[in-house]
Amino acid sequence: MTHRQLGLYIHWPYCAAICPYCDFNVYRARGADTAPLVDAILADLAYWRAQTGPRPLASLFFGGGTPSLMDPADVARVIETADRLWDLEASVEISLEANPTDAEAARFADLRAAGVERLSLGVQALDDPSLKALGRFHSAAEAMAAADLARQLFPRLSIDLIYARQDQTLAAWQDELMRALALNPDHVSPYQLTIEPGTAFARAAARGRLKVPDPDLAADFYTLTQDVLEGVGFDAYEVSNHARGHDNRSRHNLLYWRSQDWIGVGPGAHGRLGWGGERRASKALDRPRDYVDQVTARGHAIDELETLSPEAVRDEFWLMGLRLQDGLPLADAPRPALSDNKIRRNLEHGWMWQSDTHLGLTAQGRLLADAVIGDLLAD
Amino acid sequence: MSLPMTPRENIRNFSIVAHIDHGKSTLSDRLIQLTGGLTQREMKDQVLDSMDIERERGITIKAQTVRLEFQRDGQDYVLNLIDTPGHVDFAYEVSRSLAACEGALLVVDASQGVEAQTLANVYQAIDADLEIVPVLNKIDLPAAEPDRVKAQIEEVIGIDASDSVMISAKTGLGIEDVLDAIITRLPAPKIGDRDAPLKALLMDAYYDQYLGVVVLVRIIDGVLKKGMKVRMMATGANYALDRVGVFKPKITEVEELGPGEIGFLTASIKEVADAAVGDTITEERRQTATMLPGFKPAQPVVFCGLFPVDAADFEDLRAAMGKLRLNDASFSFEMETSAALGFGFRCGFLGLLHLEIIQERLSREFNLDLIATAPSVVYEIKLKSGETLHLHNPADMPDVMSIEAIEEPWIKATILTPDEYLGGIMKLCQDRRGNQRELTYVGSRAMLVYELPLNEVVFDFYDRLKSISKGYASFDYAIEGYRPGNLVKMSILVNEEPVDALSMLVHATRAEMRGRSMCEKLKDLIPQHLFKIPIQAAIGGRVIARETISAMRKDVTAKCYGGDASRKRKLLDKQKAGKKRMRQFGSVDIPQEAFIAALKMDAD
Repeated sequence: MTHRQLGLYIHWPYCAAICPYCDFNVYRARGADTAPLVDAILADLAYWRAQTGPRPLASLFFGGGTPSLMDPADVARVIETADRLWDLEASVEISLEANPTDAEAARFADLRAAGVERLSLGVQALDDPSLKALGRFHSAAEAMAAADLARQLFPRLSIDLIYARQDQTLAAWQDELMRALALNPDHVSPYQLTIEPGTAFARAAARGRLKVPDPDLAADFYTLTQDVLEGVGFDAYEVSNHARGHDNRSRHNLLYWRSQDWIGVGPGAHGRLGWGGERRASKALDRPRDYVDQVTARGHAIDELETLSPEAVRDEFWLMGLRLQDGLPLADAPRPALSDNKIRRNLEHGWMWQSDTHLGLTAQGRLLADAVIGDLLAD
Repeated sequence: MSLPMTPRENIRNFSIVAHIDHGKSTLSDRLIQLTGGLTQREMKDQVLDSMDIERERGITIKAQTVRLEFQRDGQDYVLNLIDTPGHVDFAYEVSRSLAACEGALLVVDASQGVEAQTLANVYQAIDADLEIVPVLNKIDLPAAEPDRVKAQIEEVIGIDASDSVMISAKTGLGIEDVLDAIITRLPAPKIGDRDAPLKALLMDAYYDQYLGVVVLVRIIDGVLKKGMKVRMMATGANYALDRVGVFKPKITEVEELGPGEIGFLTASIKEVADAAVGDTITEERRQTATMLPGFKPAQPVVFCGLFPVDAADFEDLRAAMGKLRLNDASFSFEMETSAALGFGFRCGFLGLLHLEIIQERLSREFNLDLIATAPSVVYEIKLKSGETLHLHNPADMPDVMSIEAIEEPWIKATILTPDEYLGGIMKLCQDRRGNQRELTYVGSRAMLVYELPLNEVVFDFYDRLKSISKGYASFDYAIEGYRPGNLVKMSILVNEEPVDALSMLVHATRAEMRGRSMCEKLKDLIPQHLFKIPIQAAIGGRVIARETISAMRKDVTAKCYGGDASRKRKLLDKQKAGKKRMRQFGSVDIPQEAFIAALKMDAD
């Protein structure tokens, strides 16, 4: 087994407003004093350093929430602290999620100066009525201007998009996707709009006020997305992630999909450390206030800490990794082993492929990943 | 404790006939309260309905008796109130309770009027020669129309309603008048012979966790005493009596019960099944010459399969059924195996309410998760060999070539409805192969009498009736006998595999409609798989309906990052657990819910 990489995820839970489709651990900023949270995050880093010992960091990822609302000076402090506690690898990837509003774009230069080298921009859509329907606070023009600026400032740019929206046609989506590509990103994450329980969209859908495409049309949207991006040289390296060339893949997200180690700091952040019977899953307290209070009182913010059973480690390995185009190295596969019969059946159906060293899902199989993996891992 | 002997002429034995919600329980509560049977602190609503199910649904399943002691004009009276079940499923139990009375109060809601269920029970009371006193309840309601309801009682039931007692059981208004009417208008028990050998009617029996089997009795002749050795004449079993007593409603032991009196006995009777309702109890050494008329052994009319959702619960289910059977001799069960549902039991019930109650008690009191197959009636299959087969389960249907004829049970159904729903109800009965026998009007209410095949009624007929009439129609039925019918066995095939739990006997003219509706339902109920699944309804080798579940094209979570690993894994674990609730047919997983929902035929 190759040596395991370590990544660091920092969750910034505040947003200017909560998007109606979002079910993440997020809170409206409402002018909250964020200094105690930054201090708590820094203290939490020290706690985790004691757990991991000295190891190089392969990546830092500021997610949220809206980390582009963080004071760039605080971003810089987090990066500096991480570098002091662990060593940043020479090739370290430092990403930050940003909304393409004018106000946030104004901080891009400072964020770049703080050390962010890859910006993940939540463009979501490129027409104003759609942006409004998605509850976004920026216009298409603002988004394009922000993307242009980001392209100039950051070595790497990724764009998030949401498709299979209410009333969206395939033709309109294809056109929109092409316009997004014209912004010249090196990475695109197009997500099918998913109605998550407990969101404003779920309530609207329950009342019949929101209708999203049926599964057949959603499949057409997905296939079209794959075709368009492949046609312009973007590699579908994961179910919803496409990169222009190998080097532009999200190294941070690859840690997740390859069951590497990552530390999660910030409210509600999840982490994984260790391997085999020693692999532990951690989750920090969700509410920013609780997070701060517990770090202050006990030095850490752990809400749940679980040593994963061998089955759980095995299940996560395949659940996460089979989403990758490259599949997973058989040599790394934790026990218990998958059923040979089930693998054979999936190979026969054309949903899986197998090489001497790797096992993965075909493009067709990835479209059915949840069902195929569910069946594969069922007793 | 010993009670003073009450002179026969001061005893009144009566029951209350009423439609559900017309106030039977409230009136009973008031009578108990007024005669001092319980203190205010001990009173709770529906004193006589002890099971949770009885309280919640406002129904009575087991008969109960209560002895009300009461003074009027210097005389001590004993009033025995017999609380009887009201539903048709328990018609036989009702008839035995009524046979123990001399009179009945007919309680009618003064705003609602007479309902179908009231009719069936009041006719039974009339047939049993009881004196009937009409009582109009809820006269305090603004919507009360006592004059209209009195006229209706006279017209429909044919008894004099001019001196009906006007009450509000809720406020207590008129309850004294009810007591007066019981004493002055209901007859005392007929003269019995104290010195003759014991002759007592076994009215009902139930299992009490402290007392064991409690038998409710009405003494005709002779005396029932503690320690006495008695014989149950129909079952032939002998018992030494442990206790003799009455309910006031608190349990009170007495030295003896004499002619005309009502009370209970306990002996070392193991199961309620050993105390057959309607049996005659006599002395072991000195037997009465003749049994009381009207005894019938319990006869289930509706059958269905009950299977545990989790196969590991099979033994628990067997134990739970055994416990219920302790207290309910009319419920029967025997083991059954289904390719679809695994090990379970074929169960017999007195009717649909009885089925529902047993199912509910199994899940509620024993915490069992069950799948019930389609209810089936008992078919009589005349074989070419001359034999007759009683078919309880469509899966056991013999080879068609060996069958001469199939007969099915028919019922006489009485439906009372506001006339605006008449058209819809007549269409429903027509669709269910009904023959109209009568249509009469009582004011703005119509009374319909139909002959219907029972197998058309066991499927959601009552639900449909309620929805067509917005709940205003009432329905009652009596079994009339068997008639030949053009019945065929319809099988359901999922992905070419027959699913035995879904097969059913249907009338040939209804098969295609039933088949189509079943296939359409299953199409919605069985989740998409990675391959397409044909669903077919077939008679013999002939497919009469078909639907196809298309293959799933897309099933993948859009976002999956570090925070989703736990969530996805938990989802997977849930999926794995869910699989246990699925039944596999070849490569198709059918959720349990699909069986339950598919068997509810609400689509026609």
